Amino acid sequence: MNGYLCLQDGTTFKGKASESFNKPIQGEIVFFTGMTGYQEVLTDPSYKGQIVVFTYPLIGNYGINQTDGESDEIQVSGVIMFQCEENPSHFQSCQSLGDYLNENHVPFLTGVDTREVTKAIRAEGTQQAAISTKPDYIFQTADSHQIDKVKGESITTYGEEGEMHVALIDFGWKRSILNALLEHNLRVSVVPFSELETLDQLEPDAVVLSNGPGDPKDTTDSLPSIKNVLDKYPSFGICMGHQVIALAYGADTTKLTFGHRGANHPVKDVITGKVFLSSQNHNYVVKEESLENTPLAKRFYNVNDGSVEGLMHDSKLILSAQFHPEAHPGPKDAEWLFHDFIKLVKKKGVKAHVS
Amino acid sequence: MSRKVIVIGSGPIMIGQAAEFDYSGTQGCLALKEEGCEVILVNNNPATIMTDHDIADTVYCEPLTVASLTKIIDLERPDALLAGLGGQTALNLAVELEKESVLQKYGVELLGTSVYSIQQGEDRELFRSLMNELSQPVPESEVITTLRQAKTFADQVGYPIISRPAYTLGGRGGGIVHSEAELEELISTGLKASPIHQVIVEKSIAGFKEIEYEIMRDQNGTCISVCNMENFDPVGVHTGDSIVVAPSQTLSDNDYQMLRTAAFTIVSELDVIGGCNVQFALDTESRQYYVIEVNPRVSRSSALASKATGYPIAKMATKVALGYSLDQLENPLTGHTYASFEPALDYVVVKFPRWPFDKFSEADRELGTKMRATGEVMAIDRTLEGAFQKAVQSLDTKIPTLDEPWGHLEKTTDLRYFAILHLLRKGESVETIQKQTKIDAFFLQVMKNIVDLEEKLREEPLDETLLRQVKVNGFSDKQVADLTGLSENEIKKKRKSFEVKRQFKLVDTCAAEFEAATNYVYSTFAGTNEVIPLQGEKKALILGSGPIRIGQGVEFDYSAVKAIQSLQKQGWTTIMVNNNPETVSTDYETADRLYFEPIQKEIISSIVHHEQVDLVFTQFGGQTAINLAEELEASGIPLAGVQTDVLDALEDRDKFYAALNERGIPYVSGSTCHTKKEALEAAEDYSFPILCRPSYVIGGQGMVIVKDLKELKKALQATDDRHYPIMLDPFIQGTEVEVDLVADGENCFLPEIIEHIEPGGVHSGDSMAIFPSTLFEEMKQTIHSYSREIVHHFDYKGIMNIQFLLSGEDVYVLEVNPRASRTVPIVSKVANVPLVDLAVRILAGDELNLQGIPKPEIQSTAVKYPVFSSYALTEVDHKLGPNMKSTGEGMCLGETVDEALRKVFSHLPNAQKIKDSCYIEGDTKLSTDLNFEDWVKIEEASIYVNDQSSESATKRRIQAIKNGLTVFTERATFEAYLQSLACEDFFPAPLPGNKREGVRS
Repeated sequence: MNGYLCLQDGTTFKGKASESFNKPIQGEIVFFTGMTGYQEVLTDPSYKGQIVVFTYPLIGNYGINQTDGESDEIQVSGVIMFQCEENPSHFQSCQSLGDYLNENHVPFLTGVDTREVTKAIRAEGTQQAAISTKPDYIFQTADSHQIDKVKGESITTYGEEGEMHVALIDFGWKRSILNALLEHNLRVSVVPFSELETLDQLEPDAVVLSNGPGDPKDTTDSLPSIKNVLDKYPSFGICMGHQVIALAYGADTTKLTFGHRGANHPVKDVITGKVFLSSQNHNYVVKEESLENTPLAKRFYNVNDGSVEGLMHDSKLILSAQFHPEAHPGPKDAEWLFHDFIKLVKKKGVKAHVS
Repeated sequence: MSRKVIVIGSGPIMIGQAAEFDYSGTQGCLALKEEGCEVILVNNNPATIMTDHDIADTVYCEPLTVASLTKIIDLERPDALLAGLGGQTALNLAVELEKESVLQKYGVELLGTSVYSIQQGEDRELFRSLMNELSQPVPESEVITTLRQAKTFADQVGYPIISRPAYTLGGRGGGIVHSEAELEELISTGLKASPIHQVIVEKSIAGFKEIEYEIMRDQNGTCISVCNMENFDPVGVHTGDSIVVAPSQTLSDNDYQMLRTAAFTIVSELDVIGGCNVQFALDTESRQYYVIEVNPRVSRSSALASKATGYPIAKMATKVALGYSLDQLENPLTGHTYASFEPALDYVVVKFPRWPFDKFSEADRELGTKMRATGEVMAIDRTLEGAFQKAVQSLDTKIPTLDEPWGHLEKTTDLRYFAILHLLRKGESVETIQKQTKIDAFFLQVMKNIVDLEEKLREEPLDETLLRQVKVNGFSDKQVADLTGLSENEIKKKRKSFEVKRQFKLVDTCAAEFEAATNYVYSTFAGTNEVIPLQGEKKALILGSGPIRIGQGVEFDYSAVKAIQSLQKQGWTTIMVNNNPETVSTDYETADRLYFEPIQKEIISSIVHHEQVDLVFTQFGGQTAINLAEELEASGIPLAGVQTDVLDALEDRDKFYAALNERGIPYVSGSTCHTKKEALEAAEDYSFPILCRPSYVIGGQGMVIVKDLKELKKALQATDDRHYPIMLDPFIQGTEVEVDLVADGENCFLPEIIEHIEPGGVHSGDSMAIFPSTLFEEMKQTIHSYSREIVHHFDYKGIMNIQFLLSGEDVYVLEVNPRASRTVPIVSKVANVPLVDLAVRILAGDELNLQGIPKPEIQSTAVKYPVFSSYALTEVDHKLGPNMKSTGEGMCLGETVDEALRKVFSHLPNAQKIKDSCYIEGDTKLSTDLNFEDWVKIEEASIYVNDQSSESATKRRIQAIKNGLTVFTERATFEAYLQSLACEDFFPAPLPGNKREGVRS
């Protein structure tokens, strides 16, 4: 069956619709340029409700496995590919990508010129799109407040009683953030950002603010309580967590034309002068000029477009990264940030920018 | 940064070290010049683009030895040395120069990765201990220096074991030892091949996936992975002999990142400044991996990675070596992002090796740890099926019939890919083949898809859906025609009516994330076109020469690149079409636009049509390009200069003889025979020996001199039908000479004559040659006048090569090649005349007064010599004959012939002084007193001379080759060597046109 990808600006692309496709779906359209890591992308809560375009033409080569999911379910609303491999080959593979998507009723198109789609998004910016059986589609008002759909409802604790206890504030956390923390032998409690009043009772040694989907300003109502937490505990923010830290201290965020996604974004560390490659997935970014008159300063920036990629607090142990140091998918070149943060927390009272 | 930098090239093309170092060296030199450095280049390969004054300020075609380099350093006094771009040859020399304190003595700084790091990466033992320190797994192995140690190790870990000699290129001297019986020969060879007499013996991990990463690192410690690649062939086949895909296809993100992180750990610990290649073996059933090898320099793989991604590794490595950090360097493809990023591909790339077995029917085709391919092709498409098929189409070779396909799987040969296709067609399952070969089922499934489509084409009507599907999967119109029984023209018509059209897409390093001003294009039937035709009043398309193979080497890339440069100077917009990832012509900065494609009529026509090309140049891409001329002209494509009826008149013996008769030019009169029967009848009119030559071949493939009727029958038996008609010529003893000339239809410019050292009958590509010749003036005049007559008769325009035979006072015409020849770069560089430029100007319609060009004053004498990759083809008798066997050539300049010869042979001992260095069959004066069997094994053994044609002679020559000796198979070559001994010492002489010319004291 033919299927169409309709962009809000009127552009359409023809492809082949998936088996499970029965009714049109709409979502924000984004592209991912990494050549591996489709399973991680599909299950990453930050992609909640989005239609993802994979620019690499051969997707699904190594199938779907039991270990690489970033959450228990598929988070994206739809997938656009050139080719979806029916006969995957990998010792861990337990299902083909097509079967996995069909089983979970996530519609997808194949045979699409994904390069052209990417260029359309690049030119016109991130926008609403739909997967439909007809080339014309009437757009509905876009969904917002995706974080409310992905954050948990209650506090869950992972790991053995250890040297340290960390609260992971949940805006839609990825499993690899938890795994990265657990690897350091920490006890981790995942706390929904709407449940912060109970946080003190956990007596955490530090907090990590997770990634999450959509606009960081969707958390506006919670910012005062988030600021209280930040003032009190050593904190490390990742992606949306980083943006929320900025907002909490009075800085501002803005939307990029088509965001940063993929596994090849060069980031420069202001302190060491080193450049490393990072995994990224965000539409919003902290405005550099808004940092003025806040206690925050730029720690990392993007080599390509100069945008803010991480912050440090001038007197407290507060660090943040716009990229994903936990990787999955993408390079692990920034894994050391977890290590450094935890080391600093252990040396109580040390400021972030003395590392 | 105004510094004087000496750059070492990689020397003549050999198996394991080919044109990729011309590409990286050229990029490196240009990067140095861009930074204001004065570049002194040492490279004795005259056929390269880098040994040209457009690339380097001063060029030395001098021996690549410590002694010779020391002399050049003493003369030039450079500030720094760049050795990371000249392959293993340059790297080893840098290590030697450092060891012998030459660099220290002259205060020369080594740019890039330090000698200590190089040694840590290259020295097997140092490397192994470093891997242990870093907890990076390496296969169980041991460094050995004796046969006994190897045996003890094998007894411990069990067979098979792998032998890897230290500090060698292309796995030279190594191999897999399957049993104790094979141990002695392989280990002894390995110890001898290693310059430090060290071999690492290793437990075999054959069957693992082989994965490579190309890493860049700057002095800040920033690391990036430019590209990863996965070998189609599992561990066990040398990566140079493997089919390779980029990026990896069967690795999960976890696997990919695990190996990438490991590569960064290693490269950082080695403190590499520049490019580095890391090879891994990955288990197919777990995440267990091993580090196989690290190359702390640019390599064949880095050239491939550069072309696969668009990221110019050699250029960036050079800038990083000069002290830049990666985030300071712009990405030239996008123009507004930086070099500190990792390319994202939105297409797939397949590299396919090109082997020399079509020339050596007697060679053992088994592949192993020793590289045997002479070159490679690369193909780009949106489907893997398409990329595989385009790669095969680019090989420019005929696949032999496979009688026993399983045999190519049981023992891996170069034909394994084709044997698998054959078996799949016969109904074998992917599982069975996977079990036998350990090739990942993913790749086998891709091949199965191709076979299934073939079946569909045979069985089903060719509707729009099917036609579109097969084109997306890389089927050429010709393939579709053959499978459906329709004509190619009908397929073309169907495509037109269904609007199944070839589209063009960009390689931009970033999967369209950023806008890119790139001129690097590939074609596909998947998706829509995004390539806007180039602006420009006059557009030229230049055909490249495809993969490097015996008979068609880097010299044709030189001509193609020079043609592009000349056209650009005259205001033309240039388009290059080629498929060889190793070359300068496929650097997207060379032409105004690069189409990385198979050189085939269907594709060329669609490019010509798409770009509205005004003129197609076929004279500068070797036989590959000229072979296409007729087809192109037939489909109405405008060719530069020559019409195909002229080509035909030169190829067709009868027409050619008629022309020569008319002009009164003598030739060796032979017969054109269209069948075997005709040949045998014609042979009755001649007395043996007879030269037997098939048509439409490269480098004298299949050419033989037959001594009697029996040998003739045997030769005819071995000749393929498509190589008829066959020519039979009486074989006349004499000296061979050749000329390269430029003609305007009326007059010609002929700089000088090239004189061969070996007698006629030896292929010109395998002969040593002196330029300019030592002929008497009268004979020169005759040659000039015959050449002019030929040009005049055919109204020939452009560049041409004519070969003559001199017998006594007679001059016979042997052959005319209506294209740029192998010797064009030599003549151009030594005589300092831009032959290609002149030819292009004539072809492009420039009014040029050829008669007004003064005869060049040639100051020095050049000797060109062939280089054989006998170490990689040890089972092949390298007896010189009409079938070309050399893989490359070198050149040295001297004030006299003796001095040039002295340089050519400077790596050999003086047989007149060192007893036992030489064994000469049928000679007692200089030859050792030892018997052959004893002599061949001694340390002093170096030169073996045997020009006999017999089975026992073949056996001995092969034995000598296996022992790494120099073998002279022609008396004349040996005499040239003896002549060289008359010259006591030699001095560096740069190519003419240098700034320093005349300074020499």
